[in-house]
Amino acid sequence: MKYVLSFNLNGLPVDTLVKATDTLLDVLREKLNVVSPKRGCDNGDCGACTVLVNGEPVRACLTIGLTVAGKNVQTVEGLQQDGKLHPLQRAFHEHYAAQCGFCTPGMLIAAKALLDKNPKPTREQIVEGISGNLCRCGTYVEVVEAIQAVAAGKYKE
Amino acid sequence: MKKRGIGIAVGTHPAGLKGGGDPSQAQIRLKPDGTFDLLNGAVDIGQGCKTILRQLAADELDVPLENITHQNIDTDTGPMCTGTFASRVTFMDGNAVLAAAADLKKKIRDWAAEYFECSPADVEVANNKVFVKGVPEKSLSMAEVGAMVNWGGKFLVGTGAYTPGPGQQFDPETGKMTAIASLAFGCCVAEVEVDTETGVVDVLKLVQVFEVGKAMNRLLCKGQNNGGAMMGIGFGLTENVCPYYPTMDFAVQDLTDYVITTAADMPPVMVEDIVEVPHPNGPRGAKGYSEMTASLAGPAILNAIHNAIGVWITDYPATPERILKALEAAHA
Ligand code: FES
Ligand code: FES
Repeated sequence: MKYVLSFNLNGLPVDTLVKATDTLLDVLREKLNVVSPKRGCDNGDCGACTVLVNGEPVRACLTIGLTVAGKNVQTVEGLQQDGKLHPLQRAFHEHYAAQCGFCTPGMLIAAKALLDKNPKPTREQIVEGISGNLCRCGTYVEVVEAIQAVAAGKYKE
Repeated sequence: MKKRGIGIAVGTHPAGLKGGGDPSQAQIRLKPDGTFDLLNGAVDIGQGCKTILRQLAADELDVPLENITHQNIDTDTGPMCTGTFASRVTFMDGNAVLAAAADLKKKIRDWAAEYFECSPADVEVANNKVFVKGVPEKSLSMAEVGAMVNWGGKFLVGTGAYTPGPGQQFDPETGKMTAIASLAFGCCVAEVEVDTETGVVDVLKLVQVFEVGKAMNRLLCKGQNNGGAMMGIGFGLTENVCPYYPTMDFAVQDLTDYVITTAADMPPVMVEDIVEVPHPNGPRGAKGYSEMTASLAGPAILNAIHNAIGVWITDYPATPERILKALEAAHA
């Protein structure tokens, strides 16, 4: 049995057919070919699948797809505006805050969620904000530096 | 009670396969718009070889970095390479890329000598231009050369290969051989606080310094040094596939059991630095060293734990369980 799921993805309305058991990660990656959220563990442990639902960071692998009906979902695909990278993307790039890049989409979304609510976080708040996102390459120092640089206004929209 | 201690670990790390016989190949071709495609077999797994190898090619050809595209999409049709491992890519592929760029430069010079009707020795390839030394009117931009070469029915491809010596060949008299291509050095100092009630270890400070030959890109070195430090802390304190090996009891199932470091595990003080002693055979003096960035924090932390509480933990990782057992045994 399939259901129609309608929601807003990066500002555009989408409709798709899903099973009741499809997670948001299945919907994004397998149905809509939105592949920035990564399937790191499919178990809620790694944070690589983090997306924003109505502005809140959630683990897409633990979110049942049908629960986002009518909501706004944001992924890294929606970060850039008019071909221009988001300040966080530019800062990550310039600080070498992505090595293999597998955790990076989740890190960017976690960082965006943090800065949207708290544009001037302390270092501790930044660390806490990304502490649910595992990075096997260990880029934490550079990720924190990049977020600090954005918070300090070094990268304008 | 909380007790503090300091530990040190030093290390050396060779680039690539020991015993030589560790070849890499590279190919660079001039395209019709005067930019270049660089092909090699080493894969970028996040260590940044796409950047480093382009830097080296751009340096040798004296063209802007952004004019070089790096392709390593297919290890079947691409140039041969033993792979991305053992800190070998900068050293082996770097040397192969330099050789390929020098070969292409020579071919561009030969082509231009015909065009300018002069000797190849008088042709200079520099500053993204090809010109006759001392004759300013005999000068072409690389874009013009690329167009004329390719639309004129020629194809200029530079090839290069490198291996640090024939594999496993040694002098039967003395036993001497080129055992390693390069040897990098490193040191890590850790300061920890051990809670003797709970067995929990906090890393307060971690300092890592590596001798890298010559840094090809300081930002990439920094990222690898810090990333390696975070891996090393996990290796020293939490990461264990089979905690009760040789039994498979509690073997890890997922990332809930296999605990790697998070941002919250960064030591409050983390310092990284490099020392540069150019290697005679390294590309522009570089050595391979990066794997060692992950190797030293573990032993430094175990030494620091001994310094703090006077007992040796002889198995990685130093979990609270192992620390409390060691303390109990020491006081029994
Ligand atoms: S894939 Fe969702 S937390 Fe790892
Ligand atoms: S950059 Fe490789 S996992 Fe984070």
